[in-house]
Amino acid sequence: MEKRSRAFYVLAAVFGLFLLFLYGPIITIGILSFQGPTGGLTFPMRGVSLHWFRDLFEQQAVGDIWGSFGRSFTLGLMVMVTTVVVSVMGGLAFRKRFAGSGVLFYLVITSLVIPSILVSLGVGLIFSQSGLDVHWASSGFGSQLTWTLPFGLLIMFAVFNRFDKSYEEAARDQGASPWQTIRHVVLPIIAPSLIGVALFGFTLSYDEFARTLLTAGSYNTLPLEIYGMTTNVTTPVIFALGTLTTVFSFLVIAVFLLTVWALNRRRSRAGSDAGQGMV
Amino acid sequence: MATLRKNRHLTGWLLASPLALVLGLFLVLPIAMIVIVSFWGATEFSIYPAFQFDNYEFLFGSPVTYSVFLNTFKYAAITWAFTLVIGFTVAYFLAFHVRSLTWQIALFLLCTIPFWTSNIIRMISWIPFLGRNGIANSTLISWGVIDEPLDWLLFSDFSVILAFVHLYTLFMVVPIFNTMMRIDRSLIEAAYDAGATGFQTLTNVIIPLCKPGIMIGSIFVVTLVMGDFITVRFMSGSQSANVGRLISNDIGLLQYPSAAATAVVLLVTVLIVIAILLRFVDIRKEL
Repeated sequence: MEKRSRAFYVLAAVFGLFLLFLYGPIITIGILSFQGPTGGLTFPMRGVSLHWFRDLFEQQAVGDIWGSFGRSFTLGLMVMVTTVVVSVMGGLAFRKRFAGSGVLFYLVITSLVIPSILVSLGVGLIFSQSGLDVHWASSGFGSQLTWTLPFGLLIMFAVFNRFDKSYEEAARDQGASPWQTIRHVVLPIIAPSLIGVALFGFTLSYDEFARTLLTAGSYNTLPLEIYGMTTNVTTPVIFALGTLTTVFSFLVIAVFLLTVWALNRRRSRAGSDAGQGMV
Repeated sequence: MATLRKNRHLTGWLLASPLALVLGLFLVLPIAMIVIVSFWGATEFSIYPAFQFDNYEFLFGSPVTYSVFLNTFKYAAITWAFTLVIGFTVAYFLAFHVRSLTWQIALFLLCTIPFWTSNIIRMISWIPFLGRNGIANSTLISWGVIDEPLDWLLFSDFSVILAFVHLYTLFMVVPIFNTMMRIDRSLIEAAYDAGATGFQTLTNVIIPLCKPGIMIGSIFVVTLVMGDFITVRFMSGSQSANVGRLISNDIGLLQYPSAAATAVVLLVTVLIVIAILLRFVDIRKEL
């Protein structure tokens, strides 16, 4: 192996600083959330305690954060499942280059680049003018989909652009119906990418703020609740909450990534039976 | 053959129908509603249907509008420049200097994981750093660089842009890294063989080949910053304004028609910017 150039060490240092920039603040609030009961929003630490984490379990201190966590979690799962199903169907549809697919594609891009507050405002207006109540599971759900679906579809485009069509042709030649081809050939091949789509669907929904702001109704999701706390809570309890939800996010991400890893591992272990013959 | 082709369109639409339905209900209709309401009138407590240009006249007649739009462009431009330089450098390191694929994937994931965590928490986490008694100030004082704490670190344009860069650099790293990984390594070797220096290879070979990734990253960053209202509000301590905040303030005052008019102008502005950026890249080919 050739020797590392000086550029490597400079760039590695820059990369290290970038990671510090990315993770430094979140690690800081992780440490500060263990502030003693008299401690403030910044260093020095006045003792070490679980005081602020305990506060999270008291209604008076923080409001209904566990209710909002439950809602965010449910909503995240709803958005995740919908995003995976709709994205796969959409991805399959776009391969057919049907009439009007160009328009739909630009709608997807619009959905991605439109300022979130417009979706929030527009959906809110439609519901209020037609006399419907906004609710996180109806208007909030739909608004979040306009953010998660474009990501799901972009991943599906990337997947299908690299998809080897000869697998499907082989399946068809063997007499598989279109549904059988998708069920037994296409879906198993793209499965790891679907976990990726699911990861985007869940996490983007779980953290979504702007599109839910005017569409969640009287029951807040967790990000809305946290945002409300920033204006009137001036104790490290907000750091404790931040630490807890970030740890939760990390766990979710880890579960998804490990699933992908396990799928790929199983696949490489099972290997290919090409050339082995049928008998 | 004719039935087959009809079939293709039909199955295409059937498969795309859930997508079309969601986008129709929660994207197209809301935009239409905003355009309609932007012509409505408002009293202190309610809004009423009308067809008047009052909202737009007020918007374009107010000097505040222009300064706020200017401020929005300023945020977008500065953030874009920083995210581009940092994002490109990080992607370049990952793509060309990290040699094993496993390490590439691991470090790349390390860069993307924060994207899947909460933006609001990531903003809050700057407070202990930048506050008057925060880490930055106390460090600088202990080093003797400054005598008094700097007040402009938190709740200023500085902290707004810092937060934008912190939140959105990933959107540059990912597409640029993606295009870099697809550059044929023999092109770079050819450049070296032809006598190009490392810097010449970078400017004459790598950067031109990365243009699509740079454009996609730019689209993300520019639109996210232009449409933002929460980062500016939170990180400036409500002292700075951008167009998103103008809209959210109107919403807070229940002045929906006025908010809708501003939203329409913002949407048109963003779409024009995107249209210009899309001139340089065919997104569908780049995925």
